Amino acid sequence: MALDQSFVGRTYPPTPAYEVGREKIREFAEAVGDTNPAYVDPEAAEALGHPDVIAPPTFVFSITFKAAGQVVRDPQLGLDYSRVVHGDQKFAYTRPVRAGDRLTVTSTIESIKSLAGNDVVDVRGEVHDASGEHVVTAWTKLVARAAEEA
Amino acid sequence: MTANRTYESVEVGTELPAQTFPVTRAALVQYAGASGDFNPIHWNERFAREVGLPDVIAHGMFTMAEAIRVVTDWVGDPGAVVEYGVRFTKPVVVPDDDKGATVEVSGKVAVKLDDNLVRVDLTAMSEGKKVLGMSRAVVRLA
Repeated sequence: MALDQSFVGRTYPPTPAYEVGREKIREFAEAVGDTNPAYVDPEAAEALGHPDVIAPPTFVFSITFKAAGQVVRDPQLGLDYSRVVHGDQKFAYTRPVRAGDRLTVTSTIESIKSLAGNDVVDVRGEVHDASGEHVVTAWTKLVARAAEEA
Repeated sequence: MTANRTYESVEVGTELPAQTFPVTRAALVQYAGASGDFNPIHWNERFAREVGLPDVIAHGMFTMAEAIRVVTDWVGDPGAVVEYGVRFTKPVVVPDDDKGATVEVSGKVAVKLDDNLVRVDLTAMSEGKKVLGMSRAVVRLA
């Protein structure tokens, strides 16, 4: 079933702030096996010009994808979440995410398409810090695969 | 931000040191916990097969996180990455053995942009298949 095009351009309310902790960054860096000292050693991060340890580039996805959940689980949109796979992912950074950040995400549906029976939804998540400054924008393409013919 | 590569020192075609990343079942469980993505296709073989996959597959975001290390290790400061995007073209299938899978990532400078920015194009392969498409990072060099 085709999704309702009137959802294109819809913006959802900003999420409650997510506070980025040093140990959460460490846990993530260890999970991806990345030993860059800027992720775990405040002095190493400072030597690079950062006020605290920074997060690996894809860390913020955990936060933006949770925010995108508002969109994908919106019953009015009617996306079949059980069939959703991740198509594309892109980030554009004003600065790296760092420990101590309190981040909010504002999600917008950028486009809705139907391609070969698949529903394709593009969601943009704008991430801002506590002072309202832009940190990063995440674009996520979600593809709900067409149900198989019975 | 203090990249340890200068814009002047690179040319279109400059190759970044390639890396091979292991992907084991244990790594996927650890990544699930760290990222909060507990989709069972990344750790439960029975479930993965039920939804038509050949076996457990890696999180696309795990592969994306590994691939950018070719860039961040090269440039030194991960904060120098100003854009990063990929397309998930093929899943990384991770067998339940001690070896798991591997992802081989290479990169080269594709375009020199203004403001000391360069675009690096990445190639990520697993079992001879391209697992990321349109994999590009824009990085600010010194």
